[in-house]
Amino acid sequence: MPQAKKTVADPSLAVLKQYCPPAGAADELLDASGNVRPVWRAFLDHLSGLDAENLAARFERGDQYLRDAGVFFRQNSGDAPSDRAWPLSHVPVIIHEDEWQRLSDGLIQRAELLEAVVADLYGEHRLVREGLVPASLIAANPRWLRPMVGIQPVSGHHLHFIAFEVGRAPNGEWWVLSDRAQAPAGAGIALENRLATSRVFPELFAKANVHRLAGFFRAFREALQAYNTVPDGRIGILTSRKLNQDYLEHAYIARYLGFMLLEGEDLTVENGTAMVRTVAGLTPISAIWRRLADTLADPLDLDSSSMLGTPGLLGALRDGKLHLANNLGSGVVEARALMAFLPRICQVWFDEPLKLPNVATWWCGDSASRAHVQANAQRMLFSPALSSRLPFDPEDDIAFGAHIADTLPARLEADGAALVGQEIARLSTSPAWIDGKLAPRPMSLRLYLCRTAEGWQMMPGGYARIGRAEDVAATSMKRGGSVADVWVVSDSAVPADTMAAHVTGRYPRPRVGTLPSRAAENLYWLGRYAERAENMVRVLRAQHTRLAETGDQKGPLHSSIAGYLTTMPLDAAKPMPGELLHTLNSAVRSASRVHDRFSIDGWTALRDIADTAADLAPNLAPGDDTARAMTRLLYKIAALSGLVHENMFRFTDWQFLTVGRAIERTAAIAEMLAHFADPAAPEGALEVALELGDCTMTYHRRYSLGCQRDSVVDLMVFDTMNPRAILFQLEELRGHVARLPGAEEFGLMSPLARVLLKVHSELAVQTPETVDTEALTDLVDSLSEVSNLLSEAYLS
Amino acid sequence: MTAVTMLYDIGLHITQSYNSPAIGARQVARLVPPTIPGEQEVIAAVLDIDPVPDERRDQRDFFGNGVVELAYRGAQESIELKMTARVRRFGFEPSLLPSPTIAALHAVIAKIRSLAPEAPHHFLPVSPRLPAVPAIAAYAREVLPPDIPALEAVETLGLALNRDLKFDPKATEVSTPVAEAFEARHGVCQDFSHIMIVALRAVGIPAGYVSGFLRTIPPEGKPRLQGADAMHAWVRAWCGPEIGWVEYDPTNATFADVDHILIGRGRDYGDVSPVKGVLRTSGPQVADHAVDVVEVEG
Repeated sequence: MPQAKKTVADPSLAVLKQYCPPAGAADELLDASGNVRPVWRAFLDHLSGLDAENLAARFERGDQYLRDAGVFFRQNSGDAPSDRAWPLSHVPVIIHEDEWQRLSDGLIQRAELLEAVVADLYGEHRLVREGLVPASLIAANPRWLRPMVGIQPVSGHHLHFIAFEVGRAPNGEWWVLSDRAQAPAGAGIALENRLATSRVFPELFAKANVHRLAGFFRAFREALQAYNTVPDGRIGILTSRKLNQDYLEHAYIARYLGFMLLEGEDLTVENGTAMVRTVAGLTPISAIWRRLADTLADPLDLDSSSMLGTPGLLGALRDGKLHLANNLGSGVVEARALMAFLPRICQVWFDEPLKLPNVATWWCGDSASRAHVQANAQRMLFSPALSSRLPFDPEDDIAFGAHIADTLPARLEADGAALVGQEIARLSTSPAWIDGKLAPRPMSLRLYLCRTAEGWQMMPGGYARIGRAEDVAATSMKRGGSVADVWVVSDSAVPADTMAAHVTGRYPRPRVGTLPSRAAENLYWLGRYAERAENMVRVLRAQHTRLAETGDQKGPLHSSIAGYLTTMPLDAAKPMPGELLHTLNSAVRSASRVHDRFSIDGWTALRDIADTAADLAPNLAPGDDTARAMTRLLYKIAALSGLVHENMFRFTDWQFLTVGRAIERTAAIAEMLAHFADPAAPEGALEVALELGDCTMTYHRRYSLGCQRDSVVDLMVFDTMNPRAILFQLEELRGHVARLPGAEEFGLMSPLARVLLKVHSELAVQTPETVDTEALTDLVDSLSEVSNLLSEAYLS
Repeated sequence: MTAVTMLYDIGLHITQSYNSPAIGARQVARLVPPTIPGEQEVIAAVLDIDPVPDERRDQRDFFGNGVVELAYRGAQESIELKMTARVRRFGFEPSLLPSPTIAALHAVIAKIRSLAPEAPHHFLPVSPRLPAVPAIAAYAREVLPPDIPALEAVETLGLALNRDLKFDPKATEVSTPVAEAFEARHGVCQDFSHIMIVALRAVGIPAGYVSGFLRTIPPEGKPRLQGADAMHAWVRAWCGPEIGWVEYDPTNATFADVDHILIGRGRDYGDVSPVKGVLRTSGPQVADHAVDVVEVEG
């Protein structure tokens, strides 16, 4: 290229002035002679045209997108998970499609090889018989699941969605660093990074010929759909109950693909058929994308201590009635030591070398390898042979040969089989924006492949791990590394492609009944907790408003409200009682378990309420200060209600949320009237009742006289124009319950609908005079029976 | 010792009852003895389950053990499992073949290219319930010199453990970790067996767990064996390709013989636990079991 040297004069190089990759490593942006690789040209030109301020605003736009979308990095260290901002490195890694094609060819070959290895380890054991893999290495691997031996997957294949961690060697060629064949994480991360990065560089992204990701996901969905034998059935994503980083990603990708997010307890197996426990009863399911570690998937046949699995799941595989992607036991090929044998297996079985080498690996279980690693220890990294962790995972026991030279011979002698030696992989560098300029940082790529009817397909993208410093070990996110989007760039225009366009055309509306009982239960309790919190806030506000007005802490009304607070139960002595924070947190927890069904806005609003309450808690003074704080919370709660009830589709999801709210609200009004409208209640109590029921204004407009028990009860119990009156709520409840699955069978009402009708009609024929405190208390009891019947019928 | 044959009628009765009904119980039971050529012959064996489960399937696990999987749809207050069998048991003849020394065993094993259930490779590494325990390894190395032949090592270690461990049915539970039982030097047949397995593995002898029964009433003039009134456990060890597997009962300091009737084999208790189950119940559960192993005349 004659122009290559002249780029020095090119203004685009201004951003490269101090870009100086370390010697001894390849660089993504600059070739070996220090020239800009052509594929980066458009990006550098674009970047050079942006001033610092503009660029900062763009980065912030990407970060804002991630925050709004609820994407954050959750680390589970210690007892409670802690969240921090998503560590997006805003500069993408850019790779030409020709190079991508070479990577793809190599990784598809490797995918076929891994499939052959898994099939053999659960089948004929030819690898062992032919001496290509030591029997002891497989027998010692806890991810080789003996109960799966001899079970043929219904699709004929074990692997369907896998990932590889690859890095570029100093000579410019690619190395496979790690095989992820069990339940690889992060495909959702790739999507999120893409959406954020395309918001940082929208103009460039639109014209830079970057291959889109949607087609890959669509192909995978279609591949799964081929095994969906249930009419109208949906595909599931099996996740764990742990609220970790992976769960957030699973919820995200479930929404993106329209899959049903399932936990192990959502499933049961009957006569070899996997069934989802839904609010409409057991619904068969035949295709599941498994994102739960396989050892945990079935406590009956696998790890019996697992609380996250489904007893009998393995039986569904044995009977050939369930398609799992990936099959149980596929994690066996993730063991690091296997990399020592894959090159030869490929040569012997496929009669060709690996197209992409993996990082050179020696399993120290045999004497020849022990001698080799001993002699070359300075160039080696030592780690557990059977570990399936990522390279440089800080939780692994990893040591540089140079650091353990003294103890190495003894370790090799005592238990060499537990160790692998791997050549230290010097990763390439790629630019990151640091302190206002581009700086080279070590990088590795995570690339995804899925099996389709036409064979393996590689995602034209993925994500890059970017090191914090020049130290390659720092590419781990746990160690403060960051992640970047990967742009696969074509020389010509690429088709624009989205998921949504195809969803409406090809997929019928799913049945509304496929709401897992566990999700319904969380929605129901979310409705109850949110309403309960609102009631608490109202009572606290009533108390502190009066305190601010009168300063009276001893009067009968103050004591009466304090007494009521105690029954809620709230500590009346505290402006922000712990139980209120606890209730808000319970609502957040319930919502977090239906991440795939609750809107992002709703989730953000709910967290905002809980965070605000927690922030206010330490510094509140009783009286006016607290009253104003409670008003503030009330507005936020109202905003949440609006977001949820104005925007949520009237699916079964919404029914359960609303039923929870209605039951809680009805019980609260009854309890509150039982207390404040009791004949023995002090002066001013009826006004409190009106205030808690948000009825003060209506009351005074309708009754020009002062407060009177019967008219207060009439307004708050019988007035069906009043959305906070008990009869209004009961009518609503009956309507919702009538629309739930199985509400009426063979012309008969369900026990739940019957009890509700009884409660409703018994109250409707009464008058304000006959609704005394006892009747109100009985009503509260009836409502807990309603709640129990609802749980029995739908939520277990 | 001359080879003898014994014929037994075996009865096993397990009752599980729940204070609050268990919903959708699903269990696997490993209670039915298998026929093993040259060791025992099952003439008839049947497992009755009461109430009759909604699903039942009889299959074999990886190690060849008979497994019955049972499941109920509705709520159960109790589940009873009743196994009856007639089994002919052949006596154990000590091999006259040489076994490799424990130091040489490793190289011998490395040559075996097999993952079949009988292959020694399954039984040398740690298993889910049996981690490496340095104290047990140290004990084994103290008792066994490196040049001791494997078969002799099994007996020497078994005798030593029988001498140093105290049989105490109250001291441990099914879930007691092996290190803890060894530390206190006490336990039941499960603990004796687990400790011996860990010790054998530590010196390079592949070792596994055997569950089964003992005859209830001893032959005239012989003492009643420990553990005869319940299900029993002992150890199997691999002593080289010529001898193969031998079974040793450390609780009674004897090679498994005509008095031992086998049900299941695995790496540790977890592979052969008699009833493994998952229940959705809030209340506590109670399990009771009774064993009867009677010699059939003639």
